[in-house]
This record gives sequence, structure tokens and C-alpha cells, in this order.
Amino acid sequence: MKRLYTHFGDRIFATLLLLLALGVAALALLMAYELYRGGSLALQRFGLLGFALGREWDPVVQKTFGAWPYILGTLIVSFSALLLSFFPALAAAIFAAEYAPRWLAQVINFLLDLMAAVPSVVYGLWGIFVLAPWIRDKVQLPFYMWAAEQAPWLVPILGVPTGYGLMTAVLILASMIIPYTAALARDAIALVPKEHREAAYALGATRWEVMRLAILPLARGGIIAGTFLALARAVGETMAVTMVIGNSHKLPYTLFGGAATMPSVIANEFTEAVEDLHLSALIAVGFLLFLVSMAVNFTAAYVLRRQERLVKGVL
Amino acid sequence: MRKAFFGILALASLALAQQTITLVGAGATFPYPLMAKYGDEYTRLTGGKVRINYQSIGSGGGIRQFLEQTVHFGASDAPLDDTRMKEVRDRFKTGALNIGYALGAVVPIYNLPGVREPLRFSGSVLANIYLGRIKTWNDPTLQELNPNVKLPPLPITVVHRSDGSGTTYVWADYLSKVSPEWAQKVGRGTSLQWPVGVGGKGNEGVAGVVKQTPGAIGYVEVTYAKQNNLSYGAVQNKAGRFIQADLPSIKAAANVPLPGDMRVSLTDTAAPDGYPIASFTYLLLYENLSVNKAVKSEAEARALVEFVKWVLTEGQKFNEPLTYGALSSVAQQRALALLSRVTYEGKPIGKEIVGR
Repeated sequence: MKRLYTHFGDRIFATLLLLLALGVAALALLMAYELYRGGSLALQRFGLLGFALGREWDPVVQKTFGAWPYILGTLIVSFSALLLSFFPALAAAIFAAEYAPRWLAQVINFLLDLMAAVPSVVYGLWGIFVLAPWIRDKVQLPFYMWAAEQAPWLVPILGVPTGYGLMTAVLILASMIIPYTAALARDAIALVPKEHREAAYALGATRWEVMRLAILPLARGGIIAGTFLALARAVGETMAVTMVIGNSHKLPYTLFGGAATMPSVIANEFTEAVEDLHLSALIAVGFLLFLVSMAVNFTAAYVLRRQERLVKGVL
Repeated sequence: MRKAFFGILALASLALAQQTITLVGAGATFPYPLMAKYGDEYTRLTGGKVRINYQSIGSGGGIRQFLEQTVHFGASDAPLDDTRMKEVRDRFKTGALNIGYALGAVVPIYNLPGVREPLRFSGSVLANIYLGRIKTWNDPTLQELNPNVKLPPLPITVVHRSDGSGTTYVWADYLSKVSPEWAQKVGRGTSLQWPVGVGGKGNEGVAGVVKQTPGAIGYVEVTYAKQNNLSYGAVQNKAGRFIQADLPSIKAAANVPLPGDMRVSLTDTAAPDGYPIASFTYLLLYENLSVNKAVKSEAEARALVEFVKWVLTEGQKFNEPLTYGALSSVAQQRALALLSRVTYEGKPIGKEIVGR
């Protein structure tokens, strides 16, 4: 019995592991396949490219469906939010890991974790009732008035200053993803071996130079990983964005005016999509969202691997 | 001995089955509070013998579950259209019944600082606002309807539902009837291609944006407006009267000649004291219940018809306290006549139970 066990135990374990691992991969593939199948009615009617690049989304009169406004909206909103949140998040991480006294670092870490734990619908409510009216009155209206008088060419780019639109959505989303970038960057910075710092200090480097030359290059992998995690989160964020983005898919988008994203249109229209083509078009948007997320993840994996190689070169 | 044992077992399980029947329904979110109330009351009334399990997954989902026969009844804010009716006939060789059991209404809400009295709107003004043609509150057409109100020169911010909704359907259905341009450009549906405006998610999203934006106009269910003490405008009906939605005027909207199948839009009603943006909300049943795979026995079929009959008669008294419109007598007769058409394995159980 025991010999049997020593003989097969390892193999059984390995097989089990393999099956479970394959199961996870199969689940992802099955999901993609099901989304494709569910959306095939719309994808066949308009063609994959025609659907992805179509600018009209009219479920009633013309019954044509094109996902381009939503793809564009998703890309604009998530990349802008990422750009906006990256430097504050990195600063918070550096400050918490290197500069702050212990108690303050703990407070910052606690607050960052809290920010990540707040449900997105709460961010959305805060957006509707606090942020959007404030932005409208304090930022958009004054700027719009100024532009109307001094720089009329800006007006069509700015759009209608209602407070509910692209700008508010980007700000909300940026504040939602800060903790992701910050937490991973903080951990990556904390993981850099002490010897590197000490060596740099011994060479007479200032604090900033230590950070720039000894710490950030080694922590770069973790920072980038956090950034991509934040991006993935931003691409898929649904509730908070839907609540403040104004939900208009009229192109061209404007800075203050309404926009729409892929998750937001699915969340909005799914429950009451009665016609088959409409439902299928929504599922096809889900399929495209899957492709976009996959592209983001593959890029992330690629960049990470290149970074690792670079870091190994340094070491 | 064994036979007897199994016999007893079968009898016991039959008795058990008779003890509780669960009727499963799915569909519109709008009547969910009403359905929950019906369910509670009806279960109490039957001493726990019949339970109602209603899942508010949206009208689209309700229609789909109804066609896939996973539910005893579907529920939808709009009746099945001709294509769906034909699909049911072709696939199952029986008709689908659209039974209206309550009325809802959609009201215009707005945020105008300094304006106290309810504003008056006409259909064409509402359509022009939502088409983006009327851009400011002191537009002459609006001022003409409200001679005693000093309207501010604020720009109008149009707010609409971003999520697909029966509320949007009713609103757009009304605008389609009163404005040919709306009918041609935008049309009626649960999700639209809106010419202008900000989309808020849900009644609460629309109300939230309107509350926070001076100069905004939006539309919500009257139920929602009443429960949240939102002030809303009066709308001119076909007879020319300005009517602020309340329970009597919503009920009156259905006081018009109704077609036998109840698949009718009540918006822009001809009833002189009816509110013009009202509509039925529907239960969906198969005429021949034996084709519905979800209905497993005659007992279930009977329980279902009994329940719907109760909803259409006794149950109506629960509508108004929850701010849903009750059926007018014309509508009630129509609904009961539809229900009496239900059969199960050839037996006219609808006629038996409704009693006509």
C-alpha cells in the first residue's frame, strides 16, 4: 500500500494540478466562446469589423448596432484615468515607503486600503451628489463662460457643462484606481534590498538620487504590474462610471459632455433588451470587452517580462 | 406490503404537493413592490398553500423566460408585439395572453429655483424639449402654457434614463404619438438613441441628476415621484385639460374602448379626465397552459388561474396604497374575459374559475 502510494502519490497530485490548471484556462476559453456565440447574431449581421467600428447604435428606428462609441469611450476614460492617477499614486507609494514616519505610513496605507474597499456604487453616489455639481459650478461653468468670450473655438471641444460627463467619470475612476497602483508600487519599493540603498548612500547620493538610481529601477516591475492591474480595473469598471458619465454615445465626445463605455452600455440596456438582435449586440460588446481586456493583459505580461530581463541585467 | 407502503408514500407526496404550490414569475422591475404585496397577501389568504416567487429581472428577461417556459407567468411593462405573438403561435400552437393588472404613469420632474406652482406642459412642448428644439425655460411656447409663472432664462438640461426601461418606453410612446418628428427620428423603445441630454441610471439616477442641476427636466414613474416627494408638472391631455397625475386620473386613462386582447397603448388617452402618459403593466400567460413546460400539473394550472383572478378582483385594492393605478371597470372586464380563455389539456379551466 505504502509503496503504491509513494509510486503514484506524486503522479496523482501532478495530474490533479494539471486538470485544475487546465480547468481555469478552459473556463476563460469557454467564456470567450459563449460570448462569441451569444453575440454571433449581431457579429454576423454587421461583421466583426463593421460592428467594432460602426458608429450608430440605434435599437429602435434603424436597428443598427455599432460598438465604436463604446470602445472609444472605454479607451479614453480608462487611459485618462490611469494617466491622471499614476503620479499621485506613485508619490503616495514612495512617500509611504521611504519618507513618512512609521505611524504616518500606516495611516496612509490604511486609507489606501480603505479606498480600494469602498464599493463602486458608493463612489457613484458621491459622484452624482457631490463631485458632479461641484465640478459643474466651480470648474466647468467658469471655464465655459471664459471660453465663450475669449476662445470660441474651444466651445465645441468643451461641450455642454452639465457636470455629468467624460470629465467627471475620469476623475471618479482615477480616484478609484489610485489604491491599486499605489499598493503594488509601495510593496515593490519595500522589497528592494537594503544593500542597494546603503550602497547608493555610501556613494554620496542624495535621497532623490537613491530613489531614482537604486530603488525605482528595481521596483519598476511591481509598479508596472500595479499600473496594469489598475488599468484592467478601469476598463471593466461599470457602476460608478455609468452613474456619472451621462450615458450619451453621440460622437464626437467632448470634454464636459456625456459619453458611454462598453460596460456601461451592457449594464444599462441588458435587462430590457427585448429584441434578439439588440441582446446579441450587447453580448457582442461583452465579447469585444473581453478582447480588449485580454489585449491589455497580454501587453502587461509582455512589458513585465521585458522589465524582469532588464532588472536581471542590473543585478 | 411494499405496494401499500409505496401507495401511502405516493399519497403523502401528493398531499404534500397539494399543500404548497409555488408559482414562479419573472419580468418587469416596475411592479415588483406590488407583486411582492400580492404574493404575501395571497399566501396568507390560502393559508400558505400557494406561494408566489416573482423575480424582477426586467421586462426583456421576463419575456425571454416566458418564451423559454421556465416560469408560470411572465411580466412586462409593454405587451408582446405582433412578431412575438406570431412566434408564440408558430412555436407552441397557442396564443399568448397579455393581461393588464395595474397601471403606471410617467411624470415630468424639473428643477427650477424660485418656481413653486406646478408647471404645465403639452405633448408637443415635451417632445420639442427632448428633441433639443426648445433650449431655454423662458421659451415663448412654454411661457404661453404658463402665463402666471415667471420662467427664468435658464438653459434646459434634458435628463433621461440610461438603462433600458419600461418607463422610457411609455415616455417615448407618448412622445411618438404627439410628435411626428419624434416618431420618425427616435421612435418608441426601452432604450433609445437620444438626440440630447444626460442619461441617469434608474429612477433614482434621473431624480438625482435633476435635483442637483438647476434647469434640469427629467421623467420618472409617478410611484417614485410620490414616494420621494418630488414635485412634477401637469400634462395636457387629448381633451385639452392639464392633468397632474394622481390615482383617479391614471385609472381614468384606461376608461376608453379597449381592444379584446388588451394590447393597447393608453398614452395620449381620449378619456377626458385621464392622465395622458399612463400605461398598463402586463402578466403574460399561455392560453393553453399545457404547452408551458413550467406548468407541471392541472393543480398548478388551476392555482395560477385562481391567483390571476384574485389579482384582477380582490387584489386590486392593494394597487392604490402602493401608488399603482387600479383597473377601471372596463379594463377589469377585459382582463377577466382574457383569463377565462385559459385551458389546460383541453379543459376550460379559465371559464370554470372566472365563472363565465
